[in-house]
Amino acid sequence: MHTIDAILDDFFWRALIGGLGVALVAGPLGCFAVWRRMAYFGDTLAHSALLGIALSFLISIPLNLGVIITCLVLAIALVFLSRLRTLATDTLLGILAHSALAIGLVTLSFMPDVRVDLAGLLFGDLLAMSRNDLIWIYGGAALILFLLALLWRGLLMSTIHEELARVEGVAVERLRLILMLMFSLVIAVAMKIVGVLLITALLIIPAATARRLAHNPEVMVVMAVAFGFIAVTGGLSLSWHLDTPAGPSVVVTAFAVFLLVYGTAGRARA
Amino acid sequence: MADSLVSLDNLTIRFDERLVVDRVNLKVHRGDIVTIIGPNGAGKTTLIKAILGIQKVSSGQVSLKKDLVIGYVPQHLTLESTLPLSVKRFMLLSGKSLAECESALTRTGVSHLLHASVHHLSGGEKQRLLLARALARKPDLLVLDEPAQGVDINGQASLYNLIRQLRDELHCGVIMISHDLHLVMAATDKVICLNQHVCCSGYPEDISHDPAFIETFGRPVAESLAVYHHHHNHSHNLHGDVINGGAPDAPTSHGGHPECDHAHH
Repeated sequence: MHTIDAILDDFFWRALIGGLGVALVAGPLGCFAVWRRMAYFGDTLAHSALLGIALSFLISIPLNLGVIITCLVLAIALVFLSRLRTLATDTLLGILAHSALAIGLVTLSFMPDVRVDLAGLLFGDLLAMSRNDLIWIYGGAALILFLLALLWRGLLMSTIHEELARVEGVAVERLRLILMLMFSLVIAVAMKIVGVLLITALLIIPAATARRLAHNPEVMVVMAVAFGFIAVTGGLSLSWHLDTPAGPSVVVTAFAVFLLVYGTAGRARA
Repeated sequence: MADSLVSLDNLTIRFDERLVVDRVNLKVHRGDIVTIIGPNGAGKTTLIKAILGIQKVSSGQVSLKKDLVIGYVPQHLTLESTLPLSVKRFMLLSGKSLAECESALTRTGVSHLLHASVHHLSGGEKQRLLLARALARKPDLLVLDEPAQGVDINGQASLYNLIRQLRDELHCGVIMISHDLHLVMAATDKVICLNQHVCCSGYPEDISHDPAFIETFGRPVAESLAVYHHHHNHSHNLHGDVINGGAPDAPTSHGGHPECDHAHH
């Protein structure tokens, strides 16, 4: 117990443990984001996280909860708005992403007594990782991994061919909603590590790196998690030694690994 | 035999106010091969989506036999290039055992591709993979949306041949959409010419004489089909004998018997 306490008392170890927890779920969810072309969608949800934080202060609920709820509401709103087909999805995402971010910033400015570390929220803050955050991260990760394992076949089938999945009895719409819930959750917990503006990178880059080497979806997920671990460990080390901002360092490391893999691996294997 | 697998009763589907499928009646039994033909935008795909239960029906009814297992072969398998997938993994996602998946692949002639990537398959191989996947489910009803799309002429003929053989082996019903009129006419029991409503339906030899068919597809097409079909009529009846013998008491609302006059709508 003593050693565990000692480790958890050290902010660097807390950040590392938290970061690895985030990478654990960013891997599989990042793969879905890549497979389902949801990169910009994830970005939009992440941008709305700031609005969630502002609202949490306004009605005094836990920040993480506020972020999850805001992301979910936005995700559901997006599904319905895109069904109307009056605006192209990317236009819609562009409008909502930046409006949510802007409204969040404006709302925060109306609460002068609330002191928010804006830079930390936008780009991640290593120092701010508390034990409480670790509980959120690993609680969220456990829930997400459990849901993924339970619903894996249906999720994968509806990603491969939605209609075929529906004919085979997969509840495609419900799974889409659950996937969005998982995205909201991962954004709420990943915010601490890489910040609102860089979450999508942590989702997409390890998955894209893994794509180069994997020949099956499950292998790609495992590799994405591994590349996520490398990015978090490397990024935090970089941040520690060179005093660089944590979130951007993690993303820079992920990108370096991406370049390395795409530069050295031969022909893509399927 | 008396029970139909699928029964459409005045099926009507509108997109907003536009009528896409107009009061279609249809029954499909075990052993039937029903082919839906018709010009683009005739509502063919919408019709089969209603049968599959993935298209909302505006009015009328789709009744399926209880516990009906449908094997669906979609028009395309367009896989996102970011998603790595082997044939084996894709087959196993059906939830069936490896042995069942392999035997289905063998039946459609693509078992040698088990470890190949789905991304590297040709159009014809993809169609056969989709067919194998539908087959692995041991379907009572096969639903195929333009199964021969992207397949060369030789491949088309053998694909339709295979579908007919599978019908005999599984004793399942088959509903398919096709544009390959010549091949379809030779490989099918009943043709439904759809143009929102059923403009004509019946046995292939009858339908090519039907004024409504000639009006929809033009006289040259109809005449070439009539000639072509006559040529293939013989071999078709060899198969058909067994089937007709099994279903003498199953007349459908639009289908005629071979000895009847043309079926008119």
